Amino acid sequence: MNTVTQFLTTYGFWVLTLIKIALLLFIVLTVNAYLTWFERKVVAHMQSRIGPHRVGPHGLLQPAADGLKFLFKEDAMPAGVDKFVYLLAPFLALTLALASLAVIPWGPKPLPFSFFGHEIDLWITNPQIGLLVLFSITALGVYGVALAGWASNSKYPLLGGLRSSAQMISYELSLTMSVVGVLLMANSFSLTKIIDGQASAYGFLGWNIIGFANGGFTQVVGFLCFFISAIAETNRVPFDLPEAESELVAGFHTEYSSFKFAMFFIAEYTSMITVSALATILFFGGWHSPFPEAWKFTWYLPSVLLIPAGLWVIYDGIKYETIFGRIVLPGVGTAVTAIGLALVLFPQVNEYIQGPFWLLGKIFFFLFFYVWARGTLPRFRYDQLMDIGWKLLLPVSIANVVVTAGFVLLRSGK
Amino acid sequence: MTAPLLIFFVLAALAVAGAVSLILQKHPIHSALSLIVVMVALAGLYLLLGAEFVAAVQIIVYGGAIMVLFVFVIMLLNAGEEERTDFSKLAKFAGLPLSLALTGLLAAALIHRGAAVQNPAAPGMLADTSKISLLLFSTFVYPFELTSFLILVAIMGALVLAQREKN
Repeated sequence: MNTVTQFLTTYGFWVLTLIKIALLLFIVLTVNAYLTWFERKVVAHMQSRIGPHRVGPHGLLQPAADGLKFLFKEDAMPAGVDKFVYLLAPFLALTLALASLAVIPWGPKPLPFSFFGHEIDLWITNPQIGLLVLFSITALGVYGVALAGWASNSKYPLLGGLRSSAQMISYELSLTMSVVGVLLMANSFSLTKIIDGQASAYGFLGWNIIGFANGGFTQVVGFLCFFISAIAETNRVPFDLPEAESELVAGFHTEYSSFKFAMFFIAEYTSMITVSALATILFFGGWHSPFPEAWKFTWYLPSVLLIPAGLWVIYDGIKYETIFGRIVLPGVGTAVTAIGLALVLFPQVNEYIQGPFWLLGKIFFFLFFYVWARGTLPRFRYDQLMDIGWKLLLPVSIANVVVTAGFVLLRSGK
Repeated sequence: MTAPLLIFFVLAALAVAGAVSLILQKHPIHSALSLIVVMVALAGLYLLLGAEFVAAVQIIVYGGAIMVLFVFVIMLLNAGEEERTDFSKLAKFAGLPLSLALTGLLAAALIHRGAAVQNPAAPGMLADTSKISLLLFSTFVYPFELTSFLILVAIMGALVLAQREKN
């Protein structure tokens, strides 16, 4: 026993990091699965449909069924593919998408207890160049799509792959330029420092999107450029031309089946989460609450949301059609209500979860925005897409850099 | 063996393997992929030296932008497998001795100069990005601006060439 303790004291950092990676992977993959459920439900309700509701109560087991289907489907490989590259592409797409989660900070304070003398921070790693790491991963992310299209030895994937590599190269420029304004104000590439720079006593007035409270310059233009480029970079509607069904079947992943297809799918949803987290961190104050610091009563907001939600799920569950639903839904509702009550009863816990609550809440809003856009907007034509990228977003984001730099210079120079 | 040394050897082996594979692969796409491996391994080596910014830029510019263009062009031209010609007479006889001589010369120079290196990077040391930019815009401002000008000229040249073909 003693040797185990000694081992963990010496190499605790490595063990802890591995545990954190495993935990984050588990959470993110689960969230990914339920993001598909969420997307289908929201889009369905936007189109006056019900959405998935057969598998489990309210279709809640649909993601599990989809996952099993991906695993058990035949894994077909077309003839004449470049085997190595064909197999490499989905791996590249998925590992790069997941790797970018490593540098995202999920909360301000380390956990109140330590792991054999090692502090447990709410991030896997927090490098000085966090933002650059994310951009370098994005820069490599093109390969997954481009190589998949090329290796499939088929015309639609090739066209999809070419389209998407052209699109991603074009939009990477405005994506990078649009955050320079934030960098100028934060004076650092570190994501935690960028968030710290947005702290203010007046809540959301300190966020980079407003930027008044900290004497900065509003980054509304930067944010718009960033988010539009980010949607294009993640190949989502209305910029999902690489997989335009009516023209290219399914684009670069037409020839992929079974779990290899699922890997592209998971990669796409993971990059949605990364982009939402990045938008939150860079422009919307990260884990800072939108309310002024003095308003301590807003700390009860998580409970105010959780308890009614839990009670509603119990009420809804009791009269649910299936017996399974009548057992599961009230159980889930009770758990949610209990968490809400616990937060009221233990103020220290409540104080601790404020940061992660706001961060995750804002990330959730951006994820909803993604789905919202998908439910509302038609797809762009390819030349329109290129026009927007090169002739609108790039000049505007460069102008934003110039104006912000001037403001920062004016403020610091006096 | 310490951890940084171990990581160094893994990355160095990766870089060398990538470089060898770049030459030996028959298909241009495979060669391009090998070159990406070299670039990323080099970025890892920079990181090991504490040059965080240089490592990130290495991946963004070389691993990302430049190599994506390579792959893009290869895909667009639909280049097939290369044909191997017989090696030239010069390469056959003088190639190996010359490359060995070059390696020996470089190694000798490095060993000779090795003792003179001031302030070698220690493991765990990090170069400050803001210091790099300060140097770039104060001491090295003329070379920096000249390079930017050169790039601008290259961009305009590319534009002119592309437009001329259209007309």
